[in-house]
Formats: sequence, C-alpha cells, structure tokens
Amino acid sequence: MATVQATAQATGARKVKPNEQKIPLARVLGRWAFMWPILALNLIVIVIPSIAGLGIAFTEWSGYGQPEFIGLANFDRLMQDAVFFKSLSNNIVWTAIFLTIPIFMGLLGAYLLAGIKRGQMIFRVLYFIPFVLASVVNAQVWRFLLHHRVGIGPWLADLGITDILDVALFGKAETALYTVAFVDIWHFWGFLVVIYLAAMSAVDVELYEVARLDGASRFQQFRYVTLPSIRPTIVFTLLMILIWSATVFDYVYILTSGKPAHASEVMGTYLYETAFFRFDAGYAGAIGVVMTLWVALAVGGFVFLRRRGWDV
Amino acid sequence: MGRLNIFGSGRSQSTLPNYIILILLALFAALPILLLVSNSLKSTSEIASSPFAVPRDFLWSNYGEAFDKGNYAVTIRNSAILTISTIAGSLTVAGLAAYALSRLKLKGSNVLSFYFLVGIGVPAQLFIIPLFFMWKQLGLVNTHVGLIIIYTALQSPFATYLLRSYMLSIPEEFVDAAKIDGASDWQVFRHIIAPLTGPGFLTAGLVIGLFTWNEFLFAVTFLPEKEFKPVATSLYAFQGRFSRDWGLTNAGSVIMMAPVLILFLALQRRFIEGLTQGGLKA
Repeated sequence: MATVQATAQATGARKVKPNEQKIPLARVLGRWAFMWPILALNLIVIVIPSIAGLGIAFTEWSGYGQPEFIGLANFDRLMQDAVFFKSLSNNIVWTAIFLTIPIFMGLLGAYLLAGIKRGQMIFRVLYFIPFVLASVVNAQVWRFLLHHRVGIGPWLADLGITDILDVALFGKAETALYTVAFVDIWHFWGFLVVIYLAAMSAVDVELYEVARLDGASRFQQFRYVTLPSIRPTIVFTLLMILIWSATVFDYVYILTSGKPAHASEVMGTYLYETAFFRFDAGYAGAIGVVMTLWVALAVGGFVFLRRRGWDV
Repeated sequence: MGRLNIFGSGRSQSTLPNYIILILLALFAALPILLLVSNSLKSTSEIASSPFAVPRDFLWSNYGEAFDKGNYAVTIRNSAILTISTIAGSLTVAGLAAYALSRLKLKGSNVLSFYFLVGIGVPAQLFIIPLFFMWKQLGLVNTHVGLIIIYTALQSPFATYLLRSYMLSIPEEFVDAAKIDGASDWQVFRHIIAPLTGPGFLTAGLVIGLFTWNEFLFAVTFLPEKEFKPVATSLYAFQGRFSRDWGLTNAGSVIMMAPVLILFLALQRRFIEGLTQGGLKA
C-alpha cells in the first residue's frame, strides 16, 4: 500500500550508491541480458512510436505513404479549430470536476471508514467493485439507468418528479459531458477511498488522542490531523487525476463519442476520430502533442515542487 | 492496513452517523450493478414497466440469446488468448527485469526505474497513431500476436515495479548461500528469487489479466475485424446493434462482468493491493 507514496518519492529522490565491487565485463553484459526483453519491447511499442508521434505533428500525413513536412501548420490550424478548443475546454472542465468531487467522496468515505471497527473490509470491497469492471460494462449500467424511457427517469416521472432524469441526458448538449463524467466518477471514486484509507491507517493514533484532549471536534480532527498527515498521498492522487483528465477516452467514446455536435468532445476522442476515421494523422499528432505537453507540465510541476523541498 | 479505529474506543463519539453515510455510499456503488443483473433476467416490456422490481419469471433465455447473437463463443476465446498470453509474456519479461533491477547492481538502474515511471505517464494517444500504421506495415493489425506484444509492453513496466518491491524484500542470505555454491545469476533467479516471488507474480498477474480483459482503446484500434475481437469491443458493438433490447444487452454485459466479479470477490486483497500499488496505470 505504501508504494503509491514510494513510487511518488522515486520520481524525485536519488539514491546514494552503495560500494561497488569490480565485476568482470562478461558478467556485467550477462546481467544486462535480463533487461533486454523489456527494453526491446518498450523501445518498439512506446519509445519509437512516441518519438514518431512528436514528429508527425509537424507533417501532413494520412498514415500511408511519405509524411510531408509542413512546419507548424498543424498548430496554426489547431489555433483556429473551434472543435479543438471545445475539446480542450471540456478536458479542463473534466479536470475541475475530477479534482473536486471524487476527491471529496474519497476523503469522506475513507475518513468514515477509518472511524469504524466492524465492516471496514466489506465497505472497502463494495466501493472498489465499479473500479474493476470494464468501461463497456459500466457504460451499459448507466446508459440503462439514465435512459429517458426505461430507467430512473420515467420512474421518478410517475412519482410526479419530471424534467430531471426523464430527459436524454447523454443526448443533450448541455448535459452530455457532465453525465459521462458522472459515470466515470462512479467508476473511479472507490479507488480513492482505498488509497486514502491506507494512508489514514498509517497516521499515528496518538495525534488523534491529543486532538481529542484539546476538545477537537470530528471535523477539526480531520482538518488538523488527518489532512496534513496524508497530504503526500492526496497530492499524488491530484497528479494522477491531472494526467488522466488529459487523456480520458473510454467513457466519452463509448457513451457519446463526443456527440451531440462535439458538445462532449474531449481531446482523446477528437484525436481518435481525426486519425482513424478522417485519416488526418499529422493533425491528430498535433493534438497528441498538446496532450503530452499537458502531462509533462503536470509531472514537471510535481517534480519541481518536490525539488523545492515541498513535502508532497 | 490493519483495521485501525482512529476514534479510539468509541465511547466519546458515536459511529452511527458513519454507518449511515457508509451504507448510502455502498448502495450508490453496488445497487446499479445489482440492477444490471436483475434487469438482465427480464423481458424488454417488463423492464419498461418495472425496472426496479425483482424479475417476475427469471428469463434465463436472455443469456443464451446474448451468447449466440453476441458471438461469445468466439470472443471469449479471443479474450482468453489475449489475457493468458499477455499475463505470461508480461510476467516473464517483468520478472527478468525486476530481478536485474533489484539484485544485480546494474549501472544506470536508477535511470531505468525512472524511465519506467515516465513510460507509465506517456499518453497512449501520443504513440498509438504511429504504432498503428507501423503495425499495419508489419501485418500485425488484426492479429492477436500484434495486440499481445502491445499489451505486454504496456503492462511490463508496472509489473516490474511491483515484482521489484517483492524481490527486494527477500533476505540476502538466501542468495549468498547459493552463490557460495557457485550458482550463476540465472540459476539464482530461476531457483531462488523467482519461486520466492510467487505471491508477487500472482498479484501482478491478476492486475495484468484484469487490464487485458477490460481494455478498450487498443483493442478497438488494433482488432477491428469481427472474428478477432475480444469480449470488450465486441460487446460495445453488440450494445449498439441491439440498443433497444435492454434484456439482451444487459445479459451480454453481465457475461463480460461475471468472471471479473467472481475473481475479484474471491481474491479482493490481492486485487486491491496490486491495483493501488500500480498507481498510475490502473
């Protein structure tokens, strides 16, 4: 469990090397042989195509034949592309939603769970279930429940509650993106509960006792003991959400494919249709570069704060 | 990970409000899934009239129909091939790498560890376009091997990380004894480190299997042809084709969900451990 943090630390910290004995060259090469398979695979599947991905952004390319170098033309085009800006702003909205609602739910669930003795395990398992189910399955769950003709909506309408859920939430421009985000939150928040609960379990119990002796309320205990103690874990989940929000694809593609009229389009789906349905691979590559810049800025900022001595 | 009660003995603070909210949250998480299952056993007309009631006649025939129309005999086989091969491939590749990184004092191994972290963060969308056209050239699109190679590459960094932490916890004495007997690096790996890392391989294998079974983006891109599709992307097409036949599409979705749910409930500690340690790629 602690490895989420350990992983976070590994990005920033450098280890001091222990004393090394002289090892014969043949043996050193032999040792590297253990690394060849993974390095070769990563080179072929991730490294080379990633470099190519940066490269094609500066070309006109259909995916077949020779890419033609066109400098920054694709980025000029992006700057005038209303659909791209709609996608980018949807990614930003998505980020804002995910940096708040699931975090709040995760902290709430974890804090309440940390405060009980019986049933902690069963709640943890229940919350985690949607996280292990496939996007295609979870999409079906909510496409059904939120359908304006069969799901919760008509049932509420029978009770006299109309115009809330008896409308096509996935099909309306004003609601499509938020409805998809809701489904993804439902799938994701339990993961945060488990991560935060693990971090909270490592907090020194005496800190709570001292706080209680000082007459701290439950909320004050949370605010002044729990939150500061698990801050590194929270910051790390913030970073993960920042990265994932740039690259979100599955739920949007499966539930709305960016419709209606690009109202729920995100960069991930726009890139996908640009590359694979309109065979404008060079232009799609430019969108990929924007997404990569987003991720690089997030990770860079995280490492920077860490180097500055922030305890994150 | 113990069941620590941060509110002490509970005399001063009641835990009843906790339970009320926790139960509401549990209903929020689990009820929709229960409704999926219950509505997979109804006719379309019954679903429309009473979506929240227990099924009247338990229409099991939805499952037979979904299995046939959804082509599950083929797609389950495809998913099994992809899942088992990816688990085997990733664990092999990652096991070797984890051994080298944890035990063999390679120069630059810190750089490599760092690279794997970076690799986990690189957006799939950056490399999927060149990769697709590269695979097309190589004739690997619409082949299971092609996707297995990709999945193995995607999953092995995470698995390496997980296995490495397991291997680091193996006491040095085990290895020293073997080395005195003249064992080579390979023999140490094969006969000491790998067997002692068993639980790590199990945890990593479960996570890799889960990823492969559920994966959508690469599957929809690299296996467009019907006969090669795994359950996930085939179910997606099936849901679109029979979008008004809720009983059928619900049953089809339950077929995909069932093995995951059963395995998860049986081995939840390992799943949760593996997925939360995997952090970034989950």
